[in-house]
Amino acid sequence: MDTEQDKQQHESDARPVLEGPDIARVLTRIAHEIVERAKGADDVVLLGIPTRGVFLARRLAAKLEEITGRKIPVGSLDITMYRDDLRMHPPRALARTEIPGDGIDGRLVVLVDDVLFSGRTIRAALDALNDIGRPRAVQLAVLVDRGHRELPIRADYVGKNLPTSLREAVKVQLAEEDGRDTVLLGAKRTSPGERQ
Amino acid sequence: MQRHLISAADLTRDDAVLILDTAEEMARVADRPIKKLPTLRGRTVVNLFFEDSTRTRISFEAAEKRLSADVINFTAKGSSVSKGESLKDTAQTLEAMGVDAVVIRHGASGAPYRLATSGWIDAAVINAGDGTHQHPTQALLDAFTMRRRLVGRDAGIGQDLSGKRITIVGDVLHSRVARSNVDLLHTLGAEVTLVAPPTLVPVGVESWPCEISYDLDSTLSKSDAVMMLRVQRERMNAAFFPTEREYSRRYGLDGDRMARMPEHAIVMHPGPMVRGMEITAEVADSDRCTVVEQVANGVSIRMAVLYLLLGGNEPAVTHTRPPVSHHHPSNERSAHTISADEEK
Amino acid sequence: MSKILIRGAKVLGGEPQDVLIDGEVIEAVGTALSAEGAEVVEADGKVLLPGLVDLHTHLREPGREDSETVLTGTRAAASGGFTAVFAMANTFPVADTAGVVEQVYRLGQEHGYCDVQPIGAVTVGLEGKKLAELGAMHESAAGVTVFSDDGKCVDDAVIMRRALEYVKAFGGVVAQHAQEPRLTEGAQMNEGVVSAELGLGGWPAVAEESIIARDVLLAEHVGSRVHICHLSTAGSVEIVRWAKSRGIDVTAEVTPHHLLLTDEMARTYNPVYKVNPPLRTERDVMALREALADGTIDIVATDHAPHPHEDKDCEWAAAAMGMVGLETALSVVQQTMVETGLLDWAGVADRMSVKPARIGRAAGHGRPVSAGEPANLTLVDTAYRGAVDPAGFASRSRNTPYEGRELPGRVTHTWLRGKATLVDGKLA
Repeated sequence: MDTEQDKQQHESDARPVLEGPDIARVLTRIAHEIVERAKGADDVVLLGIPTRGVFLARRLAAKLEEITGRKIPVGSLDITMYRDDLRMHPPRALARTEIPGDGIDGRLVVLVDDVLFSGRTIRAALDALNDIGRPRAVQLAVLVDRGHRELPIRADYVGKNLPTSLREAVKVQLAEEDGRDTVLLGAKRTSPGERQ
Repeated sequence: MQRHLISAADLTRDDAVLILDTAEEMARVADRPIKKLPTLRGRTVVNLFFEDSTRTRISFEAAEKRLSADVINFTAKGSSVSKGESLKDTAQTLEAMGVDAVVIRHGASGAPYRLATSGWIDAAVINAGDGTHQHPTQALLDAFTMRRRLVGRDAGIGQDLSGKRITIVGDVLHSRVARSNVDLLHTLGAEVTLVAPPTLVPVGVESWPCEISYDLDSTLSKSDAVMMLRVQRERMNAAFFPTEREYSRRYGLDGDRMARMPEHAIVMHPGPMVRGMEITAEVADSDRCTVVEQVANGVSIRMAVLYLLLGGNEPAVTHTRPPVSHHHPSNERSAHTISADEEK
Repeated sequence: MSKILIRGAKVLGGEPQDVLIDGEVIEAVGTALSAEGAEVVEADGKVLLPGLVDLHTHLREPGREDSETVLTGTRAAASGGFTAVFAMANTFPVADTAGVVEQVYRLGQEHGYCDVQPIGAVTVGLEGKKLAELGAMHESAAGVTVFSDDGKCVDDAVIMRRALEYVKAFGGVVAQHAQEPRLTEGAQMNEGVVSAELGLGGWPAVAEESIIARDVLLAEHVGSRVHICHLSTAGSVEIVRWAKSRGIDVTAEVTPHHLLLTDEMARTYNPVYKVNPPLRTERDVMALREALADGTIDIVATDHAPHPHEDKDCEWAAAAMGMVGLETALSVVQQTMVETGLLDWAGVADRMSVKPARIGRAAGHGRPVSAGEPANLTLVDTAYRGAVDPAGFASRSRNTPYEGRELPGRVTHTWLRGKATLVDGKLA
């Protein structure tokens, strides 16, 4: 675990690439894009990937509801049990999977996550979805796409494309979890508990 | 505990809460169209049962299969064990087949401990009940059932059973369920009272972290949960009590007694029940009785234990884990959390 | 070569002296004895004791030669400083006839490492129903004087009474294995806090004490002497103390392991700690030590009980009961009795040689270390400290609870009637 000191050190080295108002703005844009591409978003279900993807999904749902005037189903999809690197670490605590009442069969599922990087999380999410139902289509919305894909996966909605080096780390902070909204770019820490 | 789950006494409070929280997520898998997770794909688990116990074996098997483990069932009856092969040889034979974990039920107290500590095999060992010693997954599923009913399904996440008053009634002497429950419930902060005729309480019980009573009626009104233990009729022949009738009159749970329990209090039983002996049909079939729920919860608990012991490169449940914070229910709840910069 | 000079030995732990052996007897004890014509053993301050006598050994032959034989068992005895052992009757066939006891006796004589005095069974087949031919065994070449169903209790009060009475005719003694059978059905370890936690069947102290109480009263009633095997509880000590105060002719033994180990060891579920009677509590251990010191308990006896590896390499309930003890007995006694100040070396000689020889009527053993006595002697390096390594045992079995444990003292030499059976820690 990080010590408080590490965290401060890290944050002071990092520079913000998105601040609170930027985040609100890109979420609004993504919401409009979803409405446009999904032709009114009639059958959209938003599934956030824990932890921060869930908060982003809820914010997106609120914005979609503002735009469409309809209730938008939103839930969470924990992908821990579907990860391809389980054998490389101690077992992780599970987060909540919460599928909205009407399910996902025949719907347009929009997966929501904070950062798109290697694409492995999304690969796991697609597997997890497969065990839950059969959506009409699956799309992906992310706040930041930092590149360096290891799988043939792309996002349908991107808040910000952020070219990064592998030596850099992207950290998303959201008010619900971290007390403030920001996206930080800094040097990668190599603390013992963290993997490369 | 390290790679093994031998005794409920080996679990810290945080270990136990992590298992219960994980089981709560596992329980949701049962509500899905595809009740399966890929997590233990490629891992082989053997259910090594030297004692007949179809329900425990099936529960472990369901848990293993839901996690996609390869499952081998080995029952002693009709096997080389009944021809005199030793526990050691049997275990080594199975390990030679590439087993990652052994779920063992054995009539001899300490057999799982021996298997885990004598250097016979390398596989993880999960105790599915040994003699009159321990049955840790039973205690965990009981605690899980209590937490759901007495604290709440969502409200319970991250919580223990602090202040809950649990009464366990019956053949404590011969019960691994009682021993495991006393250990685990104490760890989780509950207050446990054992109720039994003095003949069915072990000498040495005074060192257990619980109260002892010989009087059921005086404890009922002070109980949040009453757990009835099975009493085998053959104990009567060994003079543990005079007659079946006298036993059930003094220590059985009937409708009248249940009515004296607080309204929210539940009735539990590890099964199989002996109706008419320790519990009447009226109680067994009532809404307050959680027997069927306990069975369902057993699968979730065993999935959680299997995942936490086998799901990674090392077990997540250990004494050396740093303390876990529970400040937010939706947070990752283990010390092994995912950092924000992780591969996405 | 017939003369041996042991130079500078602390006889019974006293001031260094020389002891000269000529043939089978001690010729002289004194200072600055002449070494002329004698092989010299430099004792260098080691302690010299009369050869140890074990009233309770299981040699397993005939029948269980996979765990021990008379040869391997007597070699183990010599290694541990013993010059005489009493071989228990629970062999296959049971030593309940003159034929079996003579066979065991002759095997001991042939091998020559240690005198083997067979113990005869009290009842036929150890079944507790019908007296064995006690007189015939006594009159045999083996000259049996100690009778025991050890491993099983003579629980029938009438059979016990008759046995006590019958052996009076030839000065015999019944050694009782005190274990009330009904109270110990399914028993696996001492009944108490630890058994309650481990879920192992409880072996109550009262199962031992009730039989001892009955038997001392029976012995008083019929005017016989009775010997109690392996006392293990504080309560048993109290009963024997009371009986002795009444003048009842009772003697009692304690094993080294009951002087050192407690039922806490069972927490390992390692059956190497499974023994009959079971390991008891700290309080019992302390009471036993005190009783051995004050003479309430007369002797130390090993209850050397060899078992093959497979009978211990298993789950607790399936394992055989018993531990080997001949090769570690003196070290355990040194640690628990001498180094605690409870006994001096003269006291050790009394409890491990003089008294057991007297109870078993073992002629020529347990004699003073003085001129004219048989040269049955044991030389002990009491300064030695080392971890127990079962690989070095002379016994065929390795079921010791002390593996890897550091114990004090080491027997370096043993002489049986002047003939060295152990020299510099190596069997002759």
